[in-house]
Amino acid sequence: MTTLIYDGTFEGLLTVVFEIYDRRLDRVNLQRNQPDTAAFFENKLQVTTDEIRANRVLKGLTQRISAMGIQRLYAAHLAEMEGEDNNLVGYIRYAFDAAQNIEEDYGNRFVLRVSEMVRMVRREKHRMEAFVRFQKLKDDIFYAAVEPDFNVLPLLIRHFKSRYADQKWIIYDLRRKYGIYYDLHDTQYISLDFANIGKPANIIAAFTEEETIYQHLWKNYFTSVNIPSRKNTRLHVRHIPKRYWKHLTEKI
Amino acid sequence: MNVDRITGKLNILADAAKYDVSCASSGSKRKNENKGLGNASNGICHSYTEDGRCVSLLKILLTNHCIFDCAYCVSRKSNDIQRAAFTVQEVVDLTINFYRRNYIEGLFLSSGIFKDADFTMERLVRVAKKLRTEHNFNGYIHLKSIPGASDELMNEAGLYADRLSVNLEMPTEAGLKLLAPDKNQADMIKPMGYLKSAIIQRTEEKKLFKKAPIFAPAGQSTQVIIGATPENDSQVLQSANYFYKNFNLKRVYYSGYVPVLADSRLPALNTTVPMVRENRLYQADWLMRFYGFKVNEIVNDSQPHLDLDIDPKLSWAIRNMQVFPIDINKADLQMILRIPGIGLQSAQKIVAARRFGRLNWDQLKKIGVALNRAKFFITCNSSQFERRDLTGSSIKQFILATSQSKFLKNTQVQLNLF
Repeated sequence: MTTLIYDGTFEGLLTVVFEIYDRRLDRVNLQRNQPDTAAFFENKLQVTTDEIRANRVLKGLTQRISAMGIQRLYAAHLAEMEGEDNNLVGYIRYAFDAAQNIEEDYGNRFVLRVSEMVRMVRREKHRMEAFVRFQKLKDDIFYAAVEPDFNVLPLLIRHFKSRYADQKWIIYDLRRKYGIYYDLHDTQYISLDFANIGKPANIIAAFTEEETIYQHLWKNYFTSVNIPSRKNTRLHVRHIPKRYWKHLTEKI
Repeated sequence: MNVDRITGKLNILADAAKYDVSCASSGSKRKNENKGLGNASNGICHSYTEDGRCVSLLKILLTNHCIFDCAYCVSRKSNDIQRAAFTVQEVVDLTINFYRRNYIEGLFLSSGIFKDADFTMERLVRVAKKLRTEHNFNGYIHLKSIPGASDELMNEAGLYADRLSVNLEMPTEAGLKLLAPDKNQADMIKPMGYLKSAIIQRTEEKKLFKKAPIFAPAGQSTQVIIGATPENDSQVLQSANYFYKNFNLKRVYYSGYVPVLADSRLPALNTTVPMVRENRLYQADWLMRFYGFKVNEIVNDSQPHLDLDIDPKLSWAIRNMQVFPIDINKADLQMILRIPGIGLQSAQKIVAARRFGRLNWDQLKKIGVALNRAKFFITCNSSQFERRDLTGSSIKQFILATSQSKFLKNTQVQLNLF
């Protein structure tokens, strides 16, 4: 068993695959960069992300699976789930070893697991598209804070960019401490220094006046459309899990 | 802006619109052009009410003033309630500002009848036109067409709206006459017929000229109220089927009647909302639209009602035991879609995956098949399968016994009645 340690990026993962084939490794275990606590005698290898090697793997992969399949792998990787990188590598190796395209071989455990991970990540991505609540700041930027379980911000760019093409916006991941900012032309990754603003909640000071009005109207609307005689709390919570409530205007 | 005034209007006119079930924002293909605001390419539910329904659109009435007196409607003329009306600009501002904050996918605008059909319809169209032409808004717009509105206005509505709908209200003409004496079905069908041919014509034009404007790209839908009149499920679904076939409707919505008014023609005020029945109707509707079932296979004269305790596909299966068991590894997609516990996605995955090898219980379960139901109806690449010669009714008992949470918890209120 060889443990491969990498930086946690998708390119890094592809570089790992290169190493596996280059060194003819058989049984492997992946680990993201973390303080070293594992067994001393274990066979370990630090893999440095290498763009050229990653691209070679990617190129090889495009001959084995569809462009959509690669997007799915990327999405599954964004789940950042403990121990799941091994399944991603298993999937990639299976794709390289098989004679045909294996994307729909749901009987295979790697294919099935990747499809489950993709489903989880895409569900969260979809939920973020639904549950982002922008607040208009005095400098005309629409700001939203989110705390998704998976690292889905990179998957959100296209959706929000094509939807809100005529307003500046920021979607900020408080858990991972980075955000995406759209300046009417392009999006870029940013990190905010909340130390200078105080707490994230203090950003309220930067609200426009009409912001409070529309939040108030939205809350009122939310209450008005409820039909008490059909109350179904179980269904309600299944649709909007409680962990999302603190960023939802209508639930605060 | 007078905040209190707007808040008051919004409360009244959102409250009055909430019994309209449609909130879909999918099925359109409007793109964001010239760096405008929004697109209507995929539907998103942005929130959910405490009763569990989705909130996707700002669903409001332009006014709850109404010259009609329909027994089931809170806005009816003879009901003593507070009345309000939005101005065109107010609806536009609300829509734009809610949309910019990502609260909604767009607007669902319905209305009581102000003076006559055209007068009201003209205002609805004006809202949509203003959003599209002055604000470069590409979000979703659903307009409720007013029965009896002229073809010219319907045509203009189609140019700006993504979806149009006319509510049938009652599944049969007799039911409608009883509860809504001011309305007649012919008035509702006329705009549906106009829209159907207009949509077909515009789609043809679009094929020839890329620049031809899109016309109601998300099609038309309708709604019927369930449980206010004595129609059975067979009548409801036959009627839905008729409108799907003859008017190319995208959706028929079934709205379980919520008793809001005391009227001798209506169920009493303390009647429970028929939520399970409503749910079964939607399941049956799905079977007709996506699973290749004919309406007569689901309900007919000898089977006029849907089973309340099991879903309609399972109900069909236990009435047709001679069809089973089906071999998962051999049957064609249409047959697999008929197996209880297997949905559209699982069926497609099964057909794709078996090209690589025969599937067993374990793999089926991981693919997403509900084995507690499916296992009675299939064979696969596992040696243990249900060998006993079970009758339909004993299968039903087994399934009900093992799936308490899913089928019984929600129905408790209704079961206690028996």
